[in-house]
Amino acid sequence: MNFIVEMQGITKRFGVVEANQGIDFDLKPGEIHALLGENGAGKTTLMRILYGLYRADEGEIRVAGKPVVIHSPKDAIGLGIGMVTQHFTLVPPLSVVENVALGQEGAVTLDLDQMRQRVVDAAKRFGIEIKPDALVRHLSVGERQRVEILKSLYRNARVLILDEPTAVLVPQEVEALFQTLNKLRESGMALVFISHKLNEVMELCDRITVLRDGKKIGTVLRGETNEAELARMMVGRETFGVVRPAERRGGEVRLKLDKVNALDKKGLPALKNISLEVRAGEILGIAGISGNGQSELAQVLSGMLKPVSGTVWVDGKDMTGASPADFAAANIGRVPEDRHSGVVGDLSVAENLVLEHLEEFSRNGMMDYASVQKFAQKMIEDFQIKARPQDPIRTLSGGNMQKVLLARALAHKPRVLIVAHPTRGLDIGATDYVRSKLLEQREAGTAILMISEDLDEILALSDRIAVMYEGRIVGIVSGRRATPEVLGMMMSGALEVDYAEA
Amino acid sequence: MPRLKIERYPAPLWVRPLIPVISIVVTFLLTSLVVLALNKNPFEAFYYFLIAPLASQSSAIEVLVKSTPLLLTGAAVTFAFSAGYYNIGAEGQLLAGAVAAAGLGMVLQNVPPVLAIPIMIVGGFAAGMAYAAIPALLKTRLDVDEVVTTLLLNTVILFFISFLLNGVWRSPVSGWPQSPEIADSAIFPRLIPRTRLHLGFLLAWISIGAVWLVFRRTALGLRMRAVGLGKEAARFAGVKVEQTMLTAALISGGIAGLAGVSEVAGIHYHLIEAISNNFGYTGIIVAMLGALNPLGVSLAALFLGLLDTGAQTVSRAMGIPIYLGNIVQSALLLITLAALVLQNYRIRRE
Ligand SMILES: Nc1ncnc2c1ncn2[C@@H]1O[C@H](COP(=O)(O)OP(=O)(O)OP(=O)(O)O)[C@@H](O)[C@H]1O
Ligand SMILES: [Mg+2]
Repeated sequence: MNFIVEMQGITKRFGVVEANQGIDFDLKPGEIHALLGENGAGKTTLMRILYGLYRADEGEIRVAGKPVVIHSPKDAIGLGIGMVTQHFTLVPPLSVVENVALGQEGAVTLDLDQMRQRVVDAAKRFGIEIKPDALVRHLSVGERQRVEILKSLYRNARVLILDEPTAVLVPQEVEALFQTLNKLRESGMALVFISHKLNEVMELCDRITVLRDGKKIGTVLRGETNEAELARMMVGRETFGVVRPAERRGGEVRLKLDKVNALDKKGLPALKNISLEVRAGEILGIAGISGNGQSELAQVLSGMLKPVSGTVWVDGKDMTGASPADFAAANIGRVPEDRHSGVVGDLSVAENLVLEHLEEFSRNGMMDYASVQKFAQKMIEDFQIKARPQDPIRTLSGGNMQKVLLARALAHKPRVLIVAHPTRGLDIGATDYVRSKLLEQREAGTAILMISEDLDEILALSDRIAVMYEGRIVGIVSGRRATPEVLGMMMSGALEVDYAEA
Repeated sequence: MPRLKIERYPAPLWVRPLIPVISIVVTFLLTSLVVLALNKNPFEAFYYFLIAPLASQSSAIEVLVKSTPLLLTGAAVTFAFSAGYYNIGAEGQLLAGAVAAAGLGMVLQNVPPVLAIPIMIVGGFAAGMAYAAIPALLKTRLDVDEVVTTLLLNTVILFFISFLLNGVWRSPVSGWPQSPEIADSAIFPRLIPRTRLHLGFLLAWISIGAVWLVFRRTALGLRMRAVGLGKEAARFAGVKVEQTMLTAALISGGIAGLAGVSEVAGIHYHLIEAISNNFGYTGIIVAMLGALNPLGVSLAALFLGLLDTGAQTVSRAMGIPIYLGNIVQSALLLITLAALVLQNYRIRRE
């Protein structure tokens, strides 16, 4: 047998939850092995066990045929196993070279030039493009990810685990990542690739293992399967895409921005004269390559960032520079860009669900925990969240956390809804579900502004699409007439469309 | 020789409740060395320290008396820390409450106790709150670090007290730096006759109860916990972070102020410079030992009250300096803090 990694009968329990139940998983050199499964299926848990972040309750691991015990990431790295998690472990104020070499230089004295040279050589050898002297905090998400990958390779990884690497990337970056991964495969490395996007898995991977509810459903070869079969294995039923019904002109203007300007964290202009209108019953999609002002737009519209000039109206009321509390009080539902910034990790699911509208769950300042519990139960059922009301929310899988945020934003029948990347990191079933919920809100007359980097999502849901480029809106087109090509050109700044057209 | 290495590895959950126990055991092992250095028997010393005070009813009640200010400052610190506001100023806020109590107590001569006592309580609470307001406003309006300001203000009020006691309030009778006695009607009634256990003990338990009630049952408490556990996420969810922190800081100051009232009206009946035996700082130990949990905090306060009493018993019985008590307390704080950090790591062979 020429397996480099064999995991056998892996079981992991968190209290009553069995996140992994007797899972077998193996890796061959020179393959990309996909790990598929719905949110909470146990993918991250299984890989965290291999990387030494969790200890399995049962089961054994062999590396290159020898049984091993992996206590910590250090052990894993020693065995040639690296992992790129969704939350990067880089040190932002240090340079790329320093980050890559960090902790690798044995001696007391550091030869900086030599260290730099080694890192640059390694990058060249693996064909990874980096800016060696740039500070990590100045890098885009895609660039940071490349540094993370290089960091593992620099430590002589033979096995590399990538947990949803594409969830944070724009299409161009995904292409570049795939090229890198293909090259690593050719060099004989074994890669684990976790993703919710079946087309990516079909394009890239050799073998595919599907998990469901902590159990292994099966491992299939790419050549012997198709997307429909994979989807069936994942969710146990057929899935259907969700597409917006016929386009329509919305009702009255609910959200209006007039020449809004705002600065980013570094104090540079991030939003330049943004003017927009969103009407009741329509979805306005905001497309664009990440880093072109979408984050700042979402922040301005949730009260986390004050514009330096311009006006924001909600329902005809001036909300410029209002606080998040004011936005919540005005019944503006908000789903943040980074879900971890929207939940208090150590509070329970139920407490996070009610935090935004505490006045509805308390009388004379006293909490009515019975109604909190009832509300949480209902949200968990309605949104199919895999968690109990009392679980600390930090223990939820990414997708389930997203559902909690969505439930919180939608539960109060918002007048206006601001969502950023609503389905990032969600499995197909959950994605369909979230999209259908957004469309339901649209039917109910909510004005929805949806920021997304996923063009398919933008095209499937938006009545109108505004494209952002370098902090400006370079055009608004109707959802009916938009094509990926036109949007792509607008997103790269090559084409501007007259506002009036849409 | 096998090489050892240290790595981050959080201790399992069941270890957490053991941490105070382990800290206490380690503390006693270490302080035994001090006792041995004095050529005394550590077992005997710890008998007088921990057991003897509980053996007689009168000294057992004295333990409760000693734990009264600690219950109050422990509750005060817990309030602020749980909301992410690091109030190191319970000491100063206690002194502010004491000043108010001494001042009010003097002018309440002809007021009946049913009025005088509530006035003392409300006045002390307000004084502690007002003194806490300065750093709290600096923090919530101008983002000035509260750890530094609350700590500095502890010294400022000591100077103010010294100014009062050596000036306008200097005792006309003895000339000592102590304020005139407060009115009889302003003195806290005794809970058990012929002991020093006074109304302040009841106030302390009410404060502990309030901590529990606020954090477990009220909307304000949930907001405070949210701010303490994740400030920006709480802000995103519409919690008014600054306002919530300010509220926590003010309540914390108020409760610390009560500790000052309780010492003046329950024990000394006048203000002296040494009115607080570092109760404000010990409150931090109490809150940390008790893991910011009302039950834990009460147990910690009672335990430290026992240590306080025990230090006197040891020194009386064995001629060991009373400072041993301070050494034990300080060692306990450092060891508890160390244990809280160390629980996240483990050592193992390469
Ligand atoms: N530290 C933890 N404590 C308690 N429960 C946990 C912990 N980590 C994971 N879980 C639970 O284990 C299950 C599997 O979670 P895991 O993160 O492995 O899912 P996943 O397949 O990676 O999902 P996603 O696609 O949403 O990232 C979930 O029910 C989750 O709530
Ligand atoms: Mg995961």
